[in-house]
Amino acid sequence: MKLEDFELRGTNLKSSDFKTGKVLTTEWEPDLKYAWDDGVAIGRYLAELGKGRIIARTCYKCNRTMLPPRMFCELCFRPTDEWTFVKDTGVIETFSIAKVNWDASRRGPKEPPLLPAVIVIDGASEGMGIMHMLGEVDPKDLKIGMKVKAVWKKAEERTGAITDILYFKPVAAKKKAKKKAAPKTRGKR
Amino acid sequence: MGMRKVAIVGAGITKFVRRAQETGKELSWQASKMALDSCNLTLDDVDMVTLGTAPDAFDGVHMKGEYLSDGAGGIGKPYMRHFVGGGTGVFSPIHGWFHVASGMADICLVVAEEKMSSCHPHPAGAFLTIFDHTTEQPLLPTLMWIFALEMNRYMETYGITKADIAQVSVKNKLNAMDHPSAQVAEKITVEDVLNSETLCWPVNRLDISPASDGAAAIVLVSERVARRLTDKPVWIDGVGHAIDTAYWATRDLSYPRYVETAARQAYEMAGITEPDKEIHIAEPYDPFDYKELHHMEGLMLCPRGQAAQLTADGVTARDGNMPICPSGGALGVGNPIAATGLMKIIEIFLQLRGEAGKRQVPGNPRCGLAQAWGDLMQMGTVVVMRN
Ligand SMILES: [Zn+2]
Repeated sequence: MKLEDFELRGTNLKSSDFKTGKVLTTEWEPDLKYAWDDGVAIGRYLAELGKGRIIARTCYKCNRTMLPPRMFCELCFRPTDEWTFVKDTGVIETFSIAKVNWDASRRGPKEPPLLPAVIVIDGASEGMGIMHMLGEVDPKDLKIGMKVKAVWKKAEERTGAITDILYFKPVAAKKKAKKKAAPKTRGKR
Repeated sequence: MGMRKVAIVGAGITKFVRRAQETGKELSWQASKMALDSCNLTLDDVDMVTLGTAPDAFDGVHMKGEYLSDGAGGIGKPYMRHFVGGGTGVFSPIHGWFHVASGMADICLVVAEEKMSSCHPHPAGAFLTIFDHTTEQPLLPTLMWIFALEMNRYMETYGITKADIAQVSVKNKLNAMDHPSAQVAEKITVEDVLNSETLCWPVNRLDISPASDGAAAIVLVSERVARRLTDKPVWIDGVGHAIDTAYWATRDLSYPRYVETAARQAYEMAGITEPDKEIHIAEPYDPFDYKELHHMEGLMLCPRGQAAQLTADGVTARDGNMPICPSGGALGVGNPIAATGLMKIIEIFLQLRGEAGKRQVPGNPRCGLAQAWGDLMQMGTVVVMRN
């Protein structure tokens, strides 16, 4: 058989087909709302975000400190063992300069681009990145491997959400012996 | 493993278009009927039907499998819909293969359909809910972001430029000029790609396949039936599929490990030990131009980071040593998600029969591969075929 020997079907519509009424369209605009419960692991994660801290879960078997935290290790398929505070700093694993919103609409000419990134958080296991946004940076200066630090909402404005972190901003890498790191406390089991 | 041999004996496809007048049912019917006609079968001959179609949210139709069942020829038969995101279209023949290889069916009709145009203002909006509802969705991500993030990481890891990657779009859109279903076939240059609108740097508009409506179908049969129907069966010699973690930000974005896992299964089943030598022609999934390169590497058709150079050297052109996406791929023929994967299977089927017309690659290829990928960049599906 050859495709060329068949009359292939599928009629491409033009915008004029709608104007002239050649095609009739029935529309529905759903107005549904979902309320997603936070669950056990993410519940604590959100609560700690509300306090300006990032918490992970550690599995003793594979020794991974996992972000986002989870109550079970999907690799070892056993319960995770410990809550572990990690830092609010990290490294840009990759980033984009986005001129497109979630619904594929374009950002306006005066709207700054969105700067989504994968950030590997200090204190979590190697490669444990989360998606978040970058800010306080000229997009032209962005580089993979840059050190970044979370910029938090004011304490009274936090709601226990991933958006309690406004974005991550690059931090100068010059001062080597910077003392004031984020708490490295280990939480209760 | 006690599995029976399974052959592809027929194929059908619609045109791929931005917005089809036909409903999803009508598109499914047209592809299915053409597939049956192409091998002189009727629906009465069919034992089982499988249907692949991607998110219900595109159509705003819940239980899309049930909705499409009449168009796909499923009424009164064992019928099931499968869905693994963008990997669906190459999972479709795997699902059908299960039925025939196991001995449950002698003739299985495999249909893949997508009508993305019903979703307004753009089907991309339907992807918001694939992201984690608590830890990611509040940041209002769009699917294009994670492609941009992955492409940037891939470029950084291997020192590949946007121009290197743009060659894929140029090649595939050119190949598609010879495909009768093609939606966005055109002759363009690397500069055209680089100068097209920047959507999410490093992704420009011409780096991306379009949203499409379309359907495709194939007929899978047991060896006994194949010998009766045709002297040119194309055998499914290896299948594989694997999923990686939905915590996508924790993965190595420069390498599609899930594709390698799926490929290793398919190669082991097909007895392939040197894929770069034994596979003559491949249709990896190319919804974005860098993904073709990414997938060639995951399929072990070349060393990691080398696929761009092969493209620059013309190795992957239709008349090169390893033609990649001779159909024109998603970038050129169009990307009605599930139907795209099956379009790729059909292309290898036709190429291995020497029936690809103007798209025919030289050198009588004996072994080909189609691959798709999907969900949160985590699902790999691979099918190896021989004539
Ligand atoms: Zn573990």
